Amino acid sequence: MIPFLKNAVISGTPLTFAILGAMYNEKAGNLNLGIEGMMLLGAVAGFQVAILTENPILALLAAMIFGALGALIYAFLTVTLRTNQSVTGLALTIFGTGLSRFWGKRLMGTVLPESFSRNFRPVSLPFLSKIPVLGPVFSVFLEQDLFVYLSYLIVILSGIYLYYTRFGLNLRAVGENTAAADASGINVTLYKYVHILIGGALCGLGGAYLSLVYVPSWQDNITSGRGWIAIALVIFTSWSPYRAFWGAFLFGGLDIVGFRIQTLNLPISLNQHFLRMLPYIATILVIIVGAIRKSTSHMPPGNLGNPYFREER
Amino acid sequence: MNKTYVEMKNICKTFGVIRANRNVNFSVYEGEIHGLLGENGAGKSTLVNMLSGIYTPDSGSIFIHGEQVNIHSPKHAIELGIGMIHQHFKLIDVLTAAENVLLGHSQSVFISNKSRIKSIQNVMEKYGMEIDLNKRIMDMSVSEKQTVEILKVLYRGSKILILDEPTAVLTPQEIDKLFTVLKNLAETGCAIIIITHKLNEIMSVTDRVTVLRQGETVSTLETRKTNIRELTELMVGKPVNLSIERIHSRKGDLLLSVKGLTALGEHNVPVLDNVTFDLYEGEILGVAGVAGSGQKELCETIAGLYPVEKGDIYFKGENIVGFSPREIIKRGVSMSFIPEDRLGMGLVPSMNMIDNMLLKDYVNQPGITVNRKPAKEKAERVSKRLEIQAPSIYTAIRKLSGGNIQKVLLGREIDANPHLLITAYPVRGLDIGASYNIYDLLKEQKQKGVGILYIGEDLDVLIELCDRIMVLCDGKVTGITGSESITKEGLGLMMAGETLSSIKKGDVVCKS
Amino acid sequence: MQIIKREGTSTKQIIMIRLIAIIAAIIVSGIFIVFLGYNPVKVYVNMISGALGSKIRFRATLLEMVPLVITSLGILVAFKMKFWNIGGEGQILMGAFGATYIALFVDWIPKPLVIPVMFIVGFLAGGIWGIIPAFFKANFGANETIMTLMLNYIATQWITYLQYGPWRDPDLKGFAKIANFPDHALLPKVFGIHIGLIISLVLVIIISWFLRRTKRGFEISVVGESVSTARYAGMDISRIIITTMLLSGGLCGITGVIQAAGVNKTLTMNVSSGYGFTAVITTYLSGLRAQRVLIVSFLFAILLQGGSYIQSALQIPQAAADVLQGMILFCALGSEFFVNYKVRFRKNSISSEVK
Repeated sequence: MIPFLKNAVISGTPLTFAILGAMYNEKAGNLNLGIEGMMLLGAVAGFQVAILTENPILALLAAMIFGALGALIYAFLTVTLRTNQSVTGLALTIFGTGLSRFWGKRLMGTVLPESFSRNFRPVSLPFLSKIPVLGPVFSVFLEQDLFVYLSYLIVILSGIYLYYTRFGLNLRAVGENTAAADASGINVTLYKYVHILIGGALCGLGGAYLSLVYVPSWQDNITSGRGWIAIALVIFTSWSPYRAFWGAFLFGGLDIVGFRIQTLNLPISLNQHFLRMLPYIATILVIIVGAIRKSTSHMPPGNLGNPYFREER
Repeated sequence: MNKTYVEMKNICKTFGVIRANRNVNFSVYEGEIHGLLGENGAGKSTLVNMLSGIYTPDSGSIFIHGEQVNIHSPKHAIELGIGMIHQHFKLIDVLTAAENVLLGHSQSVFISNKSRIKSIQNVMEKYGMEIDLNKRIMDMSVSEKQTVEILKVLYRGSKILILDEPTAVLTPQEIDKLFTVLKNLAETGCAIIIITHKLNEIMSVTDRVTVLRQGETVSTLETRKTNIRELTELMVGKPVNLSIERIHSRKGDLLLSVKGLTALGEHNVPVLDNVTFDLYEGEILGVAGVAGSGQKELCETIAGLYPVEKGDIYFKGENIVGFSPREIIKRGVSMSFIPEDRLGMGLVPSMNMIDNMLLKDYVNQPGITVNRKPAKEKAERVSKRLEIQAPSIYTAIRKLSGGNIQKVLLGREIDANPHLLITAYPVRGLDIGASYNIYDLLKEQKQKGVGILYIGEDLDVLIELCDRIMVLCDGKVTGITGSESITKEGLGLMMAGETLSSIKKGDVVCKS
Repeated sequence: MQIIKREGTSTKQIIMIRLIAIIAAIIVSGIFIVFLGYNPVKVYVNMISGALGSKIRFRATLLEMVPLVITSLGILVAFKMKFWNIGGEGQILMGAFGATYIALFVDWIPKPLVIPVMFIVGFLAGGIWGIIPAFFKANFGANETIMTLMLNYIATQWITYLQYGPWRDPDLKGFAKIANFPDHALLPKVFGIHIGLIISLVLVIIISWFLRRTKRGFEISVVGESVSTARYAGMDISRIIITTMLLSGGLCGITGVIQAAGVNKTLTMNVSSGYGFTAVITTYLSGLRAQRVLIVSFLFAILLQGGSYIQSALQIPQAAADVLQGMILFCALGSEFFVNYKVRFRKNSISSEVK
């Protein structure tokens, strides 16, 4: 069981980054459908820099920068030029997928040098798993590699940022009711740009985890739809960073459970295909129920998807 | 001598052809509550929006605390100590009161609850306000929400407060509480500007009052040296003879009978409150009132576009409450409402005149296809009759000037030969010639036996064009009178909340 | 810096702006191509030649165009109503699913009728997939962008399930695939291209007529432009949304039928291969006009086919075409702004003194 759960954490880590990335976009009021594109840009950029420099920090930085660059195009188009968010996001996905594939062609088959991969071996404090009762929990979460620990850090920092700092408060205002935020003197444009870029950087990290640790090599379409799952899960986890982590964990687990179930030969055909449908079905249900009940704790940010202009008469 | 906190000199602001403010002079002292009074379109909101950083004046100067400033954004206004409390609250529903107060505030990075809440509480105590800071806005009453808006502004250290129609959604007790708070604030040295159309409120809480009319300053008076009558006179101006020549036609059968109509608006406050009136064939019933008194909702409830909470609407004897808009249209009720932006409802901006003519007729055509020929003929007919200036009937109507757009809408409605014609602000922004054109058309319809509900802003026009006039104030009917037996002043008083009976008892404001 | 709305742009200006956008896209993509070690001129020239250079290649281009045209028509109908249908992929797949069921598992239909029935069932299957989000939007205001998007992936998983599970062809060992359609269920060809081409051209005419000349088409336009005016005119908004999405999903479903019965000759999860998303872009770029959809789809088909050619013939990654596609999109989207607004640079004017 424990190895399975450990693997669930690993499987869910790219999702964690992607969900948080999507979350920052949506908290700023932008429905960004380009998550998949930004993840792929980060994945390929990270991998390239890893090969070139063998330096993990540079690789991660590259992933973040390229994810953010993709986001920058999106931000410029939707915030300054006021284009349709859905169409722009799709364009970003097409572009990001295409560019990463193009770039990655020459990287196919390349293996990451040992000196690099060494940095991402699991790191743990040995006595933790020996502690009674909590031992197993620690070993699931705390015998992971540094990248995973980075994801924990970002989840916790996001929680603090959103709910305990004035920047987070202002951000939430921008997404909920942009006019009110503007009237309070908040620089709406700046907040949108910054957080869309942060979101892009995080998606880039999610992609990089796949190419640098999880697989680890470059493949076409290495993200295989995780970007879309992330968009679904942001909604399913109600735009909360902590729930995002658990959502990623849950669906990371579901992703790998498929294979295990096949080997178990269960009488019921708990098909992995139906399992894969779950995040999407769950999201649809959340949206429907939310729309019917108009329950506010699970509503999207009020101004999600709407462009904002301060009207001149 | 009290310091002058705000001084606006010779302010001019124009939007396209509309001169919203013309050489307005306005000042507010430390510690005073200054009322800003005027009819719709008098320029009050525009003026204060220049203080709050939303608009910039075309010419003129603004002095804050004696220094000339150029206020270019809401943030700048806040920095100057100007705090605006809007009519439509700019609050974030899902956040708590404390969070809303802290929004956009530039202090430390972390908003740890205890110290921040303590500092907000200090401010509350200082000014005598009480709010549960941890309550979410969506769970609050209207009065509480308004208090949060005020608190927000005070927490930033604003010494100049602007309140835009603050009492519109409050109960009488809440209004008293608000005024107590305002008086406290004034005593601590704040300068307060309050925009309102309610004369009794002006009299009870302000120190001075400035009356605006048609974008110009009419007069600034000390409140204790004036009275409601004088203010009304200043607000509506002297009667003007427009020579519209009301025609007398035989009043026909009862067409529309509205009984006890009540409808709810924002915050579940009644936007129409027990409205009762009758309208006959062949008569023009005018409706006067300050903006937001329920005129829009009155039109929409009759047309089936707004939900009715209580009451009945009888059209030719049939109760049409609950009918779909299409059914109501079929019965011969035609509504044309010209909103401030003209293109809100009734017309599709990107379509041309022909397609806009189709909007109500297409459903009656046989088959699944749309035949544009009759619509084309209609467009040509209406265009000629109303002298609509357009490059062609194939031009998208959003390219037409405002006045012409209105003509298209009204023209379409009149051409449909309705039994009941409801028209709201049909001459808004039109020049004299076009306006008279419209009045003639309406008179023509009246002679044909159409019953007309005319909602208008110009009191002179109402008196000369309509047979009877109904006045709405905050959703209530304050009076229905024959147009020949009332003056502009009388209408102004009723618009401000006085009832017809109390006017008749009091001074002579009716023509003898 | 000030942003001012333009009074009205002349057609000449619009064409200029769009042309600049496309040229910018070609140049920027060229830069990417150079960085990745290829000669952009070579790439572009070969893409065009690969799409139009010979009869076979031209046919291939037309084959790419067909699904784009029909799907774009479906998306167009929804977009005109401001219903953001991003679910083309799923609707295509469900249409293909419906057709496959008829082709492979229903044997009592007389052979000549099989194809027409496939089209009808495919239309309905795609249509139902489109009605689901429409129902929730019309009655509860649920966000249709997300719902249609999610339904895409549910459809994909459903087809994958069928492909690896109950519908897997038992005769094929090792490779999971659904059986090929029998001959009578394959689309006949005319001039070497399956009749999908003719269908697509006919549909352009029909949909164009539908939007311009029918009552429902009129209603769709009004609802899209101004919901409040639509209500004022007495229109039943719910009904309009739902029936229009039936049409929208149905059209995408027809694409699925055509791809399955004309190109793939069976059902696989690749039947939709991104057309649902590409169609969003082509529809948007066509300014929601049915005839323009034809032109834009043709141009995009050149891109797609050209990309495929440079990969197979020259080992230049097909992805180069995707990069170009993405760039054209960004530039076209950005150019929209300049069609509607002007930018003026000037300092903040200080209010002049008392005159």
